[in-house]
Amino acid sequence: MTATVSTKTPTPPSPSRRLRSLSRPQLPTRAVAGRSLMYAILTVLAIIYIAPFLVQVATSFKTDVEAASNPISLIPQTWSTAAYEKLFLNSDFPVWFKNSAIVTIFVTLGRVFFNSLAGYALARLQFRGRTVIFAGLIAVMSVPGVVLLIPKFLVINQIGIYDTYVGMIVPLLTDAAGVFIMKNFFESIPASVEEQARIDGAGTFRVFWSIVLPMARPALITIVILSFQGSWNELSHFIVATQSPELTTLTKGVASLASGELSQGTQYPLKLAAAAIMTIPVAVMFFIFQKRIMNTTDGAVKE
Amino acid sequence: MSKPARTSRRSGIRGGEAASGWLFTAPMIILLGMFLVIPVLMALWVSFSDWGGRGSPFGGNVKFVGFDNYSTLLSGGGLAEQDFGTALRNNAWYVVLVVPIQTALSLLLAVLVNRQILRGRGFFRTSFYFPSVTSSVAITVLWLFLFSSTGAVNKLLSFIGITGPNWFNDPSGILHNFLQLFGVTQGPAALTDGSFLGVSWWDWLAGPSVAMTAFILMAVFTTSGTFMLLFIAALQNLSGEVTEAAMMDGANGWQRFWKVTLPQLRPTLFTVLTLGLIGSWQVFDQIYTGTKGAPGKTTLTPAFLSYQSAFNNQEWGQGAAIAFILFVIIVFFTLFQRWVLRERSVSNRRMRPYLSVANGATANVVAASALTGAGSGSPGTDSPGSGSDPDSHAPDTTGGTR
Repeated sequence: MTATVSTKTPTPPSPSRRLRSLSRPQLPTRAVAGRSLMYAILTVLAIIYIAPFLVQVATSFKTDVEAASNPISLIPQTWSTAAYEKLFLNSDFPVWFKNSAIVTIFVTLGRVFFNSLAGYALARLQFRGRTVIFAGLIAVMSVPGVVLLIPKFLVINQIGIYDTYVGMIVPLLTDAAGVFIMKNFFESIPASVEEQARIDGAGTFRVFWSIVLPMARPALITIVILSFQGSWNELSHFIVATQSPELTTLTKGVASLASGELSQGTQYPLKLAAAAIMTIPVAVMFFIFQKRIMNTTDGAVKE
Repeated sequence: MSKPARTSRRSGIRGGEAASGWLFTAPMIILLGMFLVIPVLMALWVSFSDWGGRGSPFGGNVKFVGFDNYSTLLSGGGLAEQDFGTALRNNAWYVVLVVPIQTALSLLLAVLVNRQILRGRGFFRTSFYFPSVTSSVAITVLWLFLFSSTGAVNKLLSFIGITGPNWFNDPSGILHNFLQLFGVTQGPAALTDGSFLGVSWWDWLAGPSVAMTAFILMAVFTTSGTFMLLFIAALQNLSGEVTEAAMMDGANGWQRFWKVTLPQLRPTLFTVLTLGLIGSWQVFDQIYTGTKGAPGKTTLTPAFLSYQSAFNNQEWGQGAAIAFILFVIIVFFTLFQRWVLRERSVSNRRMRPYLSVANGATANVVAASALTGAGSGSPGTDSPGSGSDPDSHAPDTTGGTR
């Protein structure tokens, strides 16, 4: 990059250069200045976006005293793993982690299956009531989640699945937006392959399971990403669906840490370590599928 | 109506489709019915009842109380009304600040990061998007540390000689604080005497509290990345030709952005504003994790108040009523915003400059593509620069037309 820039505009401008730039009204210099400004802005913004996370990781290795006295430095003066030891050896943190993992795995698998099933039916199968179901889906999508806090508790309580894994997992399987994504995807792939299989005598579920689903990989990955992130980061549902400590998830547990349970004083290293660990799985997920997440959008113009 | 004919013709291969159609959608319908439709109906009943949280809300001793819960909140004159008003005030300021800022910032990031010539596009995109994947709980914990009285933000402020506030413990409204700089500490009687929902007009105009401001910054920080992706997608679907034509007509970068690019982004802008509006009326996780409404109830939001009334104070009817009022508010603002941003038929006088731009565009497309050779380059490829100097033709063509 430096090479391209310097060949185009040597600074300071020599006399001959000056003449040329008179005939071409100084645009290259301005372009370079503009470009440098753009990089400067971008770099500052990038630092603002990344620095909090670096500070977080650094602080989780500091002592309580140092976290308060020196909140910015990225290298602890005295390295301390006390926060992590306490989390893993002397707290319910491992239980929280386990619960989050269980819920996330089941919710993700369930959503992938049910969303693609319903999406396929809405996209491909001709049956009475299809349009009604679809309209209902759109209506349901517009209900804001927070409004459902009390209602969900009422139903979960009424049917006796309060404070159970079932009550934590099953209500989270509702995902109208996911059905919508799958439906759109199935509509975008040609039907000819399936029809061939049908002529060969395969039943509807067989066609769906062994022909359609393998073709739907890109959309399924999208559902996996969204479900994983959604259920791992879910808080409000677990607040209203559980109360016992054995069923506490990471989000709920760390939220209780934040409001001062389990600790005297501020204990920032402990809290930040907990928050950092709970970020790791989604971060890993993000980096694995990074190309996909960033390109879901520009797939249409790929050449 | 060719459909019935087609169905009957295909009934050989498509037999039993109706059955499998229902079978395939049944799990989702049952789930949505069970955990979305029925709950909403149940909660609607509860909002009209005096259920106290014990036993079933359909039990014999639960009475229908009409609009009592709603009127307690909207005109009861008591603490419930005042809390509700305060929560609405807090969240309204949150929306007013978060929605425009996050939209503008995400658009700015998208425009910056979308440049073909930009090196390290992937790096910048990743860093701007990363905060969006983390959970609101983790971010809130981090924010509580960064904005604590001895935290990183105040440390940074101290470098430039500013004594930072005690963010999450400071209930003073930022507009009131601003007015205080000019010696205004008491509102005019016209504002302090009248009140709405138990909160005086002067307090409605307090602005978000310093504590809420920290949450506002957090919302902008975490959502701008997601919306940036939406804008990037939209930008990449724009044809470069219109922009190039505008360039040929001598429009500078600023004009090109406002008059050519932005109008074409309208649908995405609409999506982002709608999602932002819906999302920012539902502040719950951050408040639950962080402040629980403190300091001085200035971070109380309707969503959290609804939870608190029901689960902590056992005022289930009121909690449900708050949720439904919030629902109405969200629907109202979404529709209102649709109406404001609707496609208007533009009067001829206002249309004229745009028409000339549009005509110029079509006329110049041929010339533009001829001049630049391959047309609009290769969007989507991650090879920045790719050896050539792509920016050189841009200024040159502009100069050429002049």
